Amino acid sequence: MEIHEREVWDGNMAASQAMRQARCDVVAAYPITPSTPIVQNYSQYVADGDVYGGDFIPVESEHAAMSACVGASAAGGRVATATSSQGFALMVEVLYQASGMRLPIILNVVNRALASPLNIHGDHSDMYLGIQAGWINVCAFNPQEAYDLNLCAFKIGEAESVRLPVMVHQDGFLTSHTVEVVNPLTDDAAYSFVGDYTNMRPMLDFTKPVTYGAQTEEEWHFEHKANQNAALMHSFGVIQKTFDEYEKLTGRKYKFVETYKSEDAEEIVVAIGSVTGTLKLTVDKLRNEGKKVGLVAIRVLRPCPREEIAMAIKNAKAISVMDRSAPMGTTGLLYNDIAGILLDNGVNIPVLNYIYGLGGRDTTIAHLTKVFTDAEECKKAGKRVKPLIQMVNLRGKELSFF
Amino acid sequence: MATPNHLLKDWDGFTPGSLLFSFDDAQKREYAFSNSHEYSVADWRVNKPIFNAEHCIHCQFCWIYCPDTSIISVDKKFSHIDLAHCKGCGICVEVCPTNPKSLLMFAEHTNEADALASWPAKEKKQEEEK
Repeated sequence: MEIHEREVWDGNMAASQAMRQARCDVVAAYPITPSTPIVQNYSQYVADGDVYGGDFIPVESEHAAMSACVGASAAGGRVATATSSQGFALMVEVLYQASGMRLPIILNVVNRALASPLNIHGDHSDMYLGIQAGWINVCAFNPQEAYDLNLCAFKIGEAESVRLPVMVHQDGFLTSHTVEVVNPLTDDAAYSFVGDYTNMRPMLDFTKPVTYGAQTEEEWHFEHKANQNAALMHSFGVIQKTFDEYEKLTGRKYKFVETYKSEDAEEIVVAIGSVTGTLKLTVDKLRNEGKKVGLVAIRVLRPCPREEIAMAIKNAKAISVMDRSAPMGTTGLLYNDIAGILLDNGVNIPVLNYIYGLGGRDTTIAHLTKVFTDAEECKKAGKRVKPLIQMVNLRGKELSFF
Repeated sequence: MATPNHLLKDWDGFTPGSLLFSFDDAQKREYAFSNSHEYSVADWRVNKPIFNAEHCIHCQFCWIYCPDTSIISVDKKFSHIDLAHCKGCGICVEVCPTNPKSLLMFAEHTNEADALASWPAKEKKQEEEK
């Protein structure tokens, strides 16, 4: 199919095109809003003969989708799929199987709220639900990044020293259904970057019979999980190398931690996702007013790039951390990461936690301005003078904790 | 079912993905270290199959159906049961077509001589009974 140098794509189209260009052997999928167009587009490419081979397998549930992906990957194929929210929740059991069996499956997670009450719009509840499943987690904030990071994800996950599944996150609707200009590679250039799939210990090698999905009890299980965790922790080098190669090819530079005017910033907001676009505008507005503010956005969520985060926030005098998921009973996941990194680096500054955007709730420059000014007040006081956990754009009297 | 000490490996000493290989060389049947042939799972079993050679026609049904490769055949003839790996599921007895059956399940403690002595007689066809 014809791909132009500049396309107008939403995040879903961008992800599905990258999957097509990577020449997947198997895409097994079950549709769910807002990720449906990724697999719908892909099935269309297959039906129209716009792929280079490979199968699309429609299945009966997301549990079955990831199970089919596990089977296809263990058999020795390049495999990808997509899901959101409830479908992601149904996949969770198999997500652990995929990472434990070290299968480099690519999963596009189009982030959406979890029921109940049912909600089809974006937040990071599904991202946080799967965070301990042992996958590499990279986060795209716009359609271009969804495209780029999909291509990178295949290369990272399939590297011989890594062999781990990779999730590429993008915000439901705000990224997945927002059309923007995307600069894709040609099919040949994209495939040549991703490279041929390297088989390692495939089940269908009949000369070397192998059992996938073995049982291990107390004398083995710990060693296997430690081995898996070590591979995840040691994947930084491959991720960096992949980002470097991609920059050489496209001029687009990806980092573990993206920063915006944070070098001399005294108040820093840390966030993930499409909100970082609005945060950049907020930073610009406040900089014009003479405030020394900046943004730190997490690109690679797992493995957690603790050293890069520490470097990015080391000059801050106060930090606000934004979590787009209800932490239910404690502080948010990103807050916990940041607080731990600061403590480990001997930095004792006020850190605030903001819960925002649940179920697609809008977050504007006005809301984000308060997130910065709260941090500024804490900086001036030299201690935390605002509640630890606050809600952004919640209707009703103020609800905060600690 | 403890792993023999010489088979235990450190966290960085094995194939990623908890993969278990059967053979280092399948053609020569050289077992891989992760093959379970040295393990015994006999203690999973409550009832065991006992073989009666008198009735066997070597149809190989039990060999094909055994889910644990515990029916050992040599030259397409029933040889013996691998009781270190048999889980006592009884499928071999179920699929045995002879009359009486050539394999029957007995309590684990039953000795072979007693089992063979108590083997049932051939069942008559219904026409013969009339």
